[in-house]
Amino acid sequence: MDEAKKTVGQADAGNDERRGKIMRFVKKWGTLLVTVVTFVFFSIVNWDDSTNSSLFLTTDNVITILRSISIMAIIAIGLTYSLAVNGMDLAVGATANLADTFVMTMFVWYSMSIGASIALTILACLTVAVVNSILIVRLKIPDMIATLAVMFMYQGVALTYSNGGAITERMVRPDGIHAEGLVPAAFKTLGIEPNLVILMLVVVAFAFFFLNYTKYGRYMYAIGGNPEAAKLSGIPVNRYKILAYLMSAAFSAIGGICIAARVGTAQVSAGDAFLMPAVAAAFIGFSVGGAGKPNAFGTLIGAVLVGILENGLIMMAVPYYAMNIIKGLVLALALAMTYSIAKK
Amino acid sequence: MERIKLEMKKIEIEFPGVKALKGVDFETVGGQVHALVGANGAGKSTLMKVLAGDNTHYAGQIVIDGKNVEIRSPKDAKHLGIEIVYQEVDTALIPYLSVAENVMFNRMVNDMKGRFLVDWRKMRLESQEVLKKLRVELDPDAIVGDLTLAQKQMVLIARCMAGECRMLILDEPTAPLSNAETEDLFRVVRGLSADGVAVVFISHRLNELYEICDTITIMRDGRNVVRMPLTKELPQNKIVAYMLGRSFDEAYAKHEITLGDKILEVNGLTTKDKSVQDIDFYVRAGEIVGIAGLVGAGKTELCKALFGAIPHETGSMRLRGKEVRFDSPLHAVQGGLALVPEERRKEGILITEPVRENITIAALSKYCGFLSVVKRWKERVDSLSMIKELGIKTPSEEQSVALLSGGNQQKVVLAKWLNSDAEIYLYDEPTKGIDVGAKRDMYELIERLAEQGKGTIYATCEFSELLSICDRIYIMYDGRMVKELSAAEADERTLLYYSTGGGDSNGRGEENRRTG
Repeated sequence: MDEAKKTVGQADAGNDERRGKIMRFVKKWGTLLVTVVTFVFFSIVNWDDSTNSSLFLTTDNVITILRSISIMAIIAIGLTYSLAVNGMDLAVGATANLADTFVMTMFVWYSMSIGASIALTILACLTVAVVNSILIVRLKIPDMIATLAVMFMYQGVALTYSNGGAITERMVRPDGIHAEGLVPAAFKTLGIEPNLVILMLVVVAFAFFFLNYTKYGRYMYAIGGNPEAAKLSGIPVNRYKILAYLMSAAFSAIGGICIAARVGTAQVSAGDAFLMPAVAAAFIGFSVGGAGKPNAFGTLIGAVLVGILENGLIMMAVPYYAMNIIKGLVLALALAMTYSIAKK
Repeated sequence: MERIKLEMKKIEIEFPGVKALKGVDFETVGGQVHALVGANGAGKSTLMKVLAGDNTHYAGQIVIDGKNVEIRSPKDAKHLGIEIVYQEVDTALIPYLSVAENVMFNRMVNDMKGRFLVDWRKMRLESQEVLKKLRVELDPDAIVGDLTLAQKQMVLIARCMAGECRMLILDEPTAPLSNAETEDLFRVVRGLSADGVAVVFISHRLNELYEICDTITIMRDGRNVVRMPLTKELPQNKIVAYMLGRSFDEAYAKHEITLGDKILEVNGLTTKDKSVQDIDFYVRAGEIVGIAGLVGAGKTELCKALFGAIPHETGSMRLRGKEVRFDSPLHAVQGGLALVPEERRKEGILITEPVRENITIAALSKYCGFLSVVKRWKERVDSLSMIKELGIKTPSEEQSVALLSGGNQQKVVLAKWLNSDAEIYLYDEPTKGIDVGAKRDMYELIERLAEQGKGTIYATCEFSELLSICDRIYIMYDGRMVKELSAAEADERTLLYYSTGGGDSNGRGEENRRTG
């Protein structure tokens, strides 16, 4: 090799190295970058000249965003457990639905205490996981299709249980009796900040700890990464899949209970709307910090990104019917960060 | 159709790191059924893939009907009338389409230029015609996914015949077939050769070749050794001698290990899927027991069955004299078994996880404290000592195993089991895809474990490895153990003889197949 070629080669190598570094950085933190850029963008476009400050970048608005994403993030964390075993729980929205309805009826119809109501609600929602597990582990139906079926089933269960209507204080029960129960004030405080935001952070922290620092989490990731190798290493694969779906249902139930606490009534199908944003949040989260797999912190970032988008677009007075177009586009961009760049 | 006359001259091919073909000559003509045999890695499949247009970077000359031709794509091969049926029939078929659609598949894909509609009636009729010509009884409307393996093979052969096929290559077609199905296949092959099609028959089952083939080419180490008519004049053990030639592989000096009591005993083991049948054997403490057998003989299935990954139908297992039942790998691991599987990337390692997590995964409870929280510092200490002990080449214990070499990945798998204090080690083709140096390291590790009184089962089709490391060798053929030999009695020729279905009275293996 002659001298000239050598230097060219070195320069190329240098460039390649630099490019590699940038790619690695983008791969690791690209999603976070998109989130920050979106945040800055909304801060600037929502500038109010009269006060010379951003309408978007205020303490109040940041709290609003956090509050609006809290429930979605909790449900998305539920979904993250199922994704960790390379599953998929499309029933999370329907589970939240059931929890919302169920917990309200506990208060309004049966005048139960807060503790008993919440405990019974979570228990009722765990039946979703039981059905999921039977379909997936026993009957070997692919996760996505099985949970899709369960989603329909439980949308119907919640509606049938509430007799197709909303649950409110002083409603007339299906059997014609005036419901006497009231929603305890203490329960409603769960739905206001900072409690809701704190609860979300606790849920995220718990999931982070569980998935990364305990044996169970390690097993779940092993199963998600390579079920055959996991099985041949002596991990009871089915047992941990079931555990993942139980966790998924339990956290979706907590999300649903939060809906009830925040609204104070149980509206028809209130949980369904959370499914798609939760799925988006969890998938966006894959790449955060270079994890390359579903992870709690990533899911939180994903939820924040979705929340910022919704809030910012409303402020920009984008008509509600056009908002999904922009939301979809930005989500596609964030997902491209995860998938196409990660491949290179 | 005119009979083909094919000549391949000085065919060479090189893959990264190996020269697979070193100047092979091959020739055949239409109407001939030509056997192509050789030990594993001799280059049979590689040579035939050249003809099929799958190995496109060959050097050398191919002459068909006196004309020089180039085969640089599967399309070129089809154009010349050369078709191949690989052993893995499922990869070539579309399971939810009908027999007719699968038979006429090439036509459906390639002859549709300018047309948009499929003529179903015509397709059915034409496929029926092809099947009739082959004298194969198959309903054109049957769904391919519901067929047996043998029937699927027929569908593939029919697909080849639906085109202008003048030469058909069958790569180990009989390996998965029962005796009756093999007879069926032979009938079809005879019909084809009578019609003037040149058939090349790759097989490890030497005794059946006499029935169907008239010519044989024997390959060894990327060269053709001999080509001659196949008659009873050429006995099976002569073929085996040609396949092996000189003894190869540098010798590995085995240590003397004092053997203890029987730690594993298996009696009459038959799996539910019948992939292994009537298995009887035992392993003593400190003993290295070899399982010899060719690809598809049931070695992998036996290892998995012992490890609880394939359900048993009958049979019993005793561990240190105590009856055990392993319904899942979890129980096997708890019982002290360890499996180093053949498909390392798919079954052995967690490819995206770091070395540390791979080493501790089978014994994670050991590292758990309060609330099952994993103590990472403890994991780190143990994995570092494993890395040092086994000489795993990795920059750190946090490196993802995907970035390690094959040999080092295999050591990680071994480290996983060392860490779980297993008593009995099952190795399934442990040296597959690892280099010579790592191979030697593996031998040494396996011996070191045996010296500590562990039981070892070493399954491989690389007979030279068994001869250098084993105390005793069982030979498998068609899912059964057909012979037991001590290390002193065994040589490569005997191993190959028994694992190709040879035996005392015209082959015990063959008898087994008849009855089974």
